[in-house]
Amino acid sequence: MPAAGESPAALRLEKVSHAFVSARRTATALREVSADAARGTVTGVIGPDGAGKTTLLRLAAGLLKVQSGRIEVLGIDVARDPDQARRRLGYMPQRFGLYEDLTVRENLDLYAKVQNVPAAQRHRRGGELLHMTGLEPFLGRLAGRLSGGMKQKLGLACTLVRVPELLLLDEPTVGVDPVSRRELWEIIDHLVHTEQLTVMVSTSYLDEAERCQRVLLLHEGRLVAATDPASFTARSTGRSFHVSAAGIGKRQLQEQLARTPGVIDATIQGAFVRIVTAPGAQPPADSLAALAAPLSVVAVPPRFEDSFVAQIKQVSAPPPPNTPAIATGGTRSEEEASAAMTRREGRAPSTTDEAVIFADRLTRRFGDFVAVDAISFQVRRGEIFGLLGANGAGKSTTFRMLCGLLPASDGTLRVAGYDLRHAAASARGRIGYMAQKFSLYADLSVAENLRFFASAYRLHGAQRSARIDWALEEFVLGPYLDVVSRDLPLGYKQRLALACALMHAPEILFLDEPTSGVDPLARREFWLRINALAESGVTVLVTTHFMEEAEYCDRLAILAQGRVLAAGDPESLKARARTAAQPQPTMEDAFIALLEAAAAPQAA
Amino acid sequence: MWRAVFALIIKELLAVLKDPKSRMVLIVPPLLQLIVFGYAATFALNRVPIAVYNQDHSQASRDLIARFTGSRIFTQVAALNSARQINPLIDSRKVDLVLSIDRRFTRDLLTHRPAPVQLIVDGRDSNTALIVLGYANSIITSFSLHWLRSHGEPPPPAVLDIRAQYNPTLSSRWFIVPGIIALLTQVVTLMVVGLSVAREREAGTFDQLLVTPFTPGEILLGKALPGLLIGTVEASVIILAAVLWFHVPLRGSLFALYLGIFLFVAAVIGIGLMISSIAVTQQQALLGAFLFMVPSIILSGFATPIANMPAVIRKLTWINPMRHILIVVRGVFLEGATARAFIPEYAAMAAIAAVSLFAAGWLFRRRTY
Repeated sequence: MPAAGESPAALRLEKVSHAFVSARRTATALREVSADAARGTVTGVIGPDGAGKTTLLRLAAGLLKVQSGRIEVLGIDVARDPDQARRRLGYMPQRFGLYEDLTVRENLDLYAKVQNVPAAQRHRRGGELLHMTGLEPFLGRLAGRLSGGMKQKLGLACTLVRVPELLLLDEPTVGVDPVSRRELWEIIDHLVHTEQLTVMVSTSYLDEAERCQRVLLLHEGRLVAATDPASFTARSTGRSFHVSAAGIGKRQLQEQLARTPGVIDATIQGAFVRIVTAPGAQPPADSLAALAAPLSVVAVPPRFEDSFVAQIKQVSAPPPPNTPAIATGGTRSEEEASAAMTRREGRAPSTTDEAVIFADRLTRRFGDFVAVDAISFQVRRGEIFGLLGANGAGKSTTFRMLCGLLPASDGTLRVAGYDLRHAAASARGRIGYMAQKFSLYADLSVAENLRFFASAYRLHGAQRSARIDWALEEFVLGPYLDVVSRDLPLGYKQRLALACALMHAPEILFLDEPTSGVDPLARREFWLRINALAESGVTVLVTTHFMEEAEYCDRLAILAQGRVLAAGDPESLKARARTAAQPQPTMEDAFIALLEAAAAPQAA
Repeated sequence: MWRAVFALIIKELLAVLKDPKSRMVLIVPPLLQLIVFGYAATFALNRVPIAVYNQDHSQASRDLIARFTGSRIFTQVAALNSARQINPLIDSRKVDLVLSIDRRFTRDLLTHRPAPVQLIVDGRDSNTALIVLGYANSIITSFSLHWLRSHGEPPPPAVLDIRAQYNPTLSSRWFIVPGIIALLTQVVTLMVVGLSVAREREAGTFDQLLVTPFTPGEILLGKALPGLLIGTVEASVIILAAVLWFHVPLRGSLFALYLGIFLFVAAVIGIGLMISSIAVTQQQALLGAFLFMVPSIILSGFATPIANMPAVIRKLTWINPMRHILIVVRGVFLEGATARAFIPEYAAMAAIAAVSLFAAGWLFRRRTY
């Protein structure tokens, strides 16, 4: 309990600046950030990648030396007495250091001992935490064998074993499935209520930011907004609309809308395109009349995300024009278009109903464990097909089988008519592959990576240089040509990885968690490109655990425990979860409803 | 195909050479090791401390002692006057050898009876003890011959006449330094190649390679050829240092030497790639490399002769590429042999290379999760 006379804020930042200096350059992470967090509240720190979120939390935790400004934790000056401050706060980094070869109980005991928690208290507190996190049934399980969500819960329990007054959480829910995400937040809320804990949490999930009492929006190291979520959302009141048009595909419509002046943001949401207009822009009906087809524009209540994107775009320089003409040929040079044509001519003539990816009763067993259990689906040409599911649902295993990286135990699969595991190597030239971690050669520069992958896909001579030039222009990688790809910002790593995967203009594109860890803005840009690709006839298979990304898919399959729980287009999947209490379910609601329905008969 | 393999090779070399740390690893430690081993790893003995217990006090016994102390091999550090002093000196390692001359020494010599000289040696290090005894023996033999000649006696019926073929001064550096060429080439090649696949697996780029139109054979070539280049260059640098710095004679054909090194590096690459394909992480690959390296050196004949090993182990050494390259390197350096002499060694290394490279290529695609 706060003693009288102590500062009322649990955390106070005054004009905090921070820069990382390396031999080659200086990167400014924070610029004069002033903010505070009141006791017993949850403060969310949001912002694009590289905005300075982690730096802010690490400074507050006393893990970085304060360079300029002043940070007070519970009235203690962190610069002067970091040890005292650290004794009263808990910090959980993005990847908590669990000992994977110890059990759940051993991990918890170890952290309690390291933190000098007395034995009696350790026992009582440990029991409480295990109960709260629902880890009691898994006491004897090795931490390395827990799911992503359970690992995070255990990490949180280890952080909380010595009762802190201020809890700092750095992106605690990255890579955690929606159900576990909800549970983690319930634990946090519970702690705030029962223990008067103060929490500061950074997140890239905007729905989580809405659960906080206050949000701090960082952008390029500056604090651009500090307010409560409701009033932040209200900033875009009257500027959010659902647009649809008869006769125009949603993807085409989105592309058109994104280019319309006065439209800040255009995303696909089910059958509609959701747009946010600039403040003071003309009513959308007028400004969009230039489009060929009659539009139906319906004003909708603003979302937190609308304000987030609007705010960020307002303060940052205008982004590169959103006209990704990746394979449409419109903006490409004559020579290069013909090069792509010759590549395309080799393909079998196609109809849109043709199944380009075909899986029938596909099964994969690892010993006794069935990772993928007789799943079947088909993907047609030019379709974006999503595999949606929590960690361990079997997405990646399915994905790896389709790419030929893992043999199937049973069942049939065909990609462009081949089983890639057994087909000739040249068949792999028809697919593009982008892995979760943007698998690039980290020591090689952007140019060297591009040159390598161009040669890997058997391009040479003029064709090769044309494609490399295309990639540099298309993905705005020119300024980074000689930068070692390890040093690229995350968003650019993703661009480079996609550029490498598209080097040979493949007809099928495999994307494994392509936007994992990437902020909402970079995700938008990414999906715009993928949309354009699909429009030009490229078939896209994507795995994701971001439920809102499912909206971009034409069809998707929801996986859980190796089985397809449901498959269909986003609208019909959401419709299944529609109840009186939830007239407008989100994809996440639908997902959770499906999981619960699937679990119910098992529990009975 | 060759264009794509060439791109792989460029990529691989860039990955190794762009990183200043791995560039360092290729150059500095091998040269340091060459210098340290070249000077330090030797069987030759110098200034072995000895004590003398001379009970005879005659011209003959002083003459014998002078032959010991006059050689650069022995240094007298103590003169004893009681047999009780012998053991403490040896126990405390103050001396390695005690020369004890009986008081009847001169008398026996003059009466044509065998004159006893006792040598007490520290046997804890058996190898050193044997060498010390060998030196002492040859000093005593030459003393005896000299005695016979100067007293007009007939020489003994059989006389040893030793000539060390190929290494007339029996310099152990000539034996060790060519071995180091093989040793360092193996270490560097194994480190460069052994970690490469595991590193790519960790970074996820190996999957990326497998989904491109590369065949396993091309990936194998793309991994093996840069290793071959690096290993051969490394070997050449050490050969140069052996000849120019340590003055070890290079008497045989360079062709025979390089054919051997080529096959040896190929075999080591195959083993390195096998280890790398089985390993999931770089750490496992590193452990695997060491697990291979230590027995391969000990069972190679680098320091201890293979002929002394039990028959089973001796057979086992046939699958050790280092055993074969040592024969080739020493043969070319010291014997001046030509390629024809090493056909069994070439064949064995080629077989090891073929089997291990094939297995590695196969493992690339199997080991997938």
